[in-house]
Amino acid sequence: MSINEILFWFLSTIAISGALLVIFSKNPVHSVLWLVVVFFAISGHYVLLNAQFLAIVNMIVYAGAIMVLFLFVIMLMNMNADQEPQKGKWMKMAGVISGGSLMLILVAALRYNQSTTGGEEEAGIGLIQNLGKILFSDFVVPFEISSVLFLSAMVGAVVLGKKEKEIIESDTINN
Amino acid sequence: MSGMIKVGYLIPLLPLIGFLINGLGRNFLSKRLVGIIGSGVLVLSFVLSLFIFNEVTASGFTSQVVYLFDFIKTAGLDIPFAFQFDQLSALFLLVITGIGSLIHIYSTAYMHEESEAHYARYFAYLNLFVFFMLILVLGSSYVTMFIGWEGVGLSSYLLIGFWFTNNNYNNAAKKAFVMNRIGDLGFLLAIFWMLSQFGVITYTGVFEKATTASVSVITGITLLLFVGAMGKSAQIPLYTWLPDAMAGPTPVSALIHAATMVTAGIYMIARSNVLYSLAPISQNLVAIIGVSTALLAATIALKQNDIKKVLAYSTVSQLGLMFLALGVGAYTAGVFHVMTHAFFKALLFLGAGSVIHAMHHEQDIYKMGGLRKKLPITHFTFLIGCLAIAGIPPFAGFFSKDEILTAALEKNIIYYVLGVITSLMTAFYMFRMYFLTFHGNFRGTDDQQHHLHESPAAMTFPLVVLALLSIVGGWVGIPAVFMENAHRLSNYLSPVFAASHHKTAHQSISHSMELAIMAGVVALIAISIFAAKTMFAKEGLSEEKSSGFGKLLENKWYVDEIYDTIIVQPINHLSSFSSRIIDNKIIDGTVNGVGKILQFSARQFRLLQSGQVGSYVLIMVVSIILFFIFQLFWNI
Amino acid sequence: MPIHYYIFLSLCLFSIGIVGVLTRRNAIVIFMCIELMLNAVNLLLVAFSRMHQAAAYAIDHTSMAGAEAQLFVFFIMVVAAAEVTVGLAIIVMLYRNIHSVDINFLNRLKH
Repeated sequence: MSINEILFWFLSTIAISGALLVIFSKNPVHSVLWLVVVFFAISGHYVLLNAQFLAIVNMIVYAGAIMVLFLFVIMLMNMNADQEPQKGKWMKMAGVISGGSLMLILVAALRYNQSTTGGEEEAGIGLIQNLGKILFSDFVVPFEISSVLFLSAMVGAVVLGKKEKEIIESDTINN
Repeated sequence: MSGMIKVGYLIPLLPLIGFLINGLGRNFLSKRLVGIIGSGVLVLSFVLSLFIFNEVTASGFTSQVVYLFDFIKTAGLDIPFAFQFDQLSALFLLVITGIGSLIHIYSTAYMHEESEAHYARYFAYLNLFVFFMLILVLGSSYVTMFIGWEGVGLSSYLLIGFWFTNNNYNNAAKKAFVMNRIGDLGFLLAIFWMLSQFGVITYTGVFEKATTASVSVITGITLLLFVGAMGKSAQIPLYTWLPDAMAGPTPVSALIHAATMVTAGIYMIARSNVLYSLAPISQNLVAIIGVSTALLAATIALKQNDIKKVLAYSTVSQLGLMFLALGVGAYTAGVFHVMTHAFFKALLFLGAGSVIHAMHHEQDIYKMGGLRKKLPITHFTFLIGCLAIAGIPPFAGFFSKDEILTAALEKNIIYYVLGVITSLMTAFYMFRMYFLTFHGNFRGTDDQQHHLHESPAAMTFPLVVLALLSIVGGWVGIPAVFMENAHRLSNYLSPVFAASHHKTAHQSISHSMELAIMAGVVALIAISIFAAKTMFAKEGLSEEKSSGFGKLLENKWYVDEIYDTIIVQPINHLSSFSSRIIDNKIIDGTVNGVGKILQFSARQFRLLQSGQVGSYVLIMVVSIILFFIFQLFWNI
Repeated sequence: MPIHYYIFLSLCLFSIGIVGVLTRRNAIVIFMCIELMLNAVNLLLVAFSRMHQAAAYAIDHTSMAGAEAQLFVFFIMVVAAAEVTVGLAIIVMLYRNIHSVDINFLNRLKH
């Protein structure tokens, strides 16, 4: 077993167990924390696959920003383990079975691939300058549009976040 | 093709035109015009028939078929609509158009009380009837005959129920139509069988192929044809419609139910003589049913008090005699009797109509009496009709009836004895009716007595003509006992019946024996007339209450009641059962049930929309799984 | 590593995410499981990108064959971020109205 394989299996184990613990934790805060662990593991996979840029971005955006946001909201609502209601037993069973069946189906469908992700040699597409070149030449339009997307998301979030009275007041003030 | 026969299609076409004009113009035309058109087309047709008859009697004439158009023409089936002019159809043409025109002329006076629209309707229907009857006798195939057959049934229904505001008359019309229909079913089955067996349906085609077919097939076909004849010509068991059909106007009874429509069955069997000669079983059945009907109807007529009902049962009885003739193979005799019967029965009916007209629609003979002084022409012609039907020489009925009885004797003595008994009863009840109506003292109301008067010329003229025909009509068929080779009718019709002459087995009787028997029968008939005279030509008669056997006869052997219990009531029960249970509960229930099932399942489906987001997602995931399964593994 | 290892791993994570969506009633935890699913897809995309690169490298040492997949992953992250923003805003509004984030209270869709 080369170092690659050991690392692969290690990271996979962490990822899967972390995911399981995400869904099985009673306390939402714990779920968030386990999800962060999963993100770390996935970033490790990215590094293994020599997608360095994505590994870093994953860490910064997901684990750093998004999960923190989640934590803020959870703490805003003061959620604890006891408060959370549970679904009915049958629903849980149905859910588990459905998810498991889906996995089995897809596994059965995708069994016959034999390609590999190859060895060490590659042209370094995961490197940041190569990615940057392609991003800003071939994909510049989606790039710009994504900035517009962010803008609209921000505006939407602000509008949604305001209380109703504030919206009415700001309208009347402006008129 | 000789001249007149080429335009022979005009003969039925003219009455059709009369029907259209009178029918469509019934709100505009005056009564005079309607009468002229209605009778005029018939007279024209009669003239044309005379020309055709002339050509047919020319020497060396063979039957000719005039093709008009294709009725059905498909790959395996070719049925042409064509007319066949031969001796038999020419004779029937004369009878139908001749007597038809006389009756039309009579009707112009008889129906004058009707309003204009109804008057025109009457003549339209009457013309329509003649049109169909002519199609029936002129047709060259069984299908064409059937077209006419159905048509006359329809016209009969329309005319019986002419005064449609009376429900009883409507019921009588319906009864006639339904019983006819039962017969028509037999006829249709026979046609189908012939088509499937022989492939052709024209007379010439069928008769050719029939000689090579098996006897059982021919027997089946002829039996089915006879079922049709039973319905149309009122034989047992389908005869009860004819007395009820007297609900129609009297000229209608004269034309349809005496002279023409009811003879359609005779015509059919006479036409199919080849087939019947090949199937002795059917022939015997025809004879048996004929003679039984004759006897039964005669017994019922003995005790009827309605003048028209007596004549109706007399018609049924005479038709039975005609079928007896056909059944023993004496086809000429049967057709001869059709002809003479048309003369004197039409005469009797028209005479009865004249009496009814004078008595202001009174029909009970026990309310009449002594009319001979007030209605001289009617009385005299009526007497001639009675003499003719009783079979007194030298009137027409004697010759034809005697020929039938002689043929019956040659076949089987029982037929002969029963036929003689029927003739005796015929004489008795006819003269009972005559004496009660015209002799004795008047038994009606004073009001009626004051209004008694002879009928107008339009009514008496046909009576006189028919009386003349009843006298001389029999002289075309003088049998061999009197004069050798003087049976002009037999010679005339021999080409039609040639094929079946040799097949009917009979034993000949010597001429002297025949003369002796003839004389004996005439003597018996004279005795029965005298007996009727003693019983009924008296003063001071009144209707007696019948009892016992008389009651049975008066109530027509309760046959109608038997039919009602056996057939009509069960069908009514079945209908109400079908309506209440099958229609309302089962079929409606099923249709409503479908609706209810839909509503129920919709309600169940609605539960899916629980509003629970979680269940929505679950369903989504399950669907995705199913899609994947189908996509990846089942090659759908 | 053979590609099907990465496929299986990604599938596992994905189905765990689905099970989480179906099983949990807390709206925020459901949201987190959606993020988990997105990440599984991201992982798979990167693995495929590496697979294509390896195949192309064997032929031509300068090709940039698998780069599009990694850029796509980048955009997925972009969109995920925007989505989280808006989604959490909605959840906060929901909490303000009914003081709970239990999705069973959302059955007003029934009407």
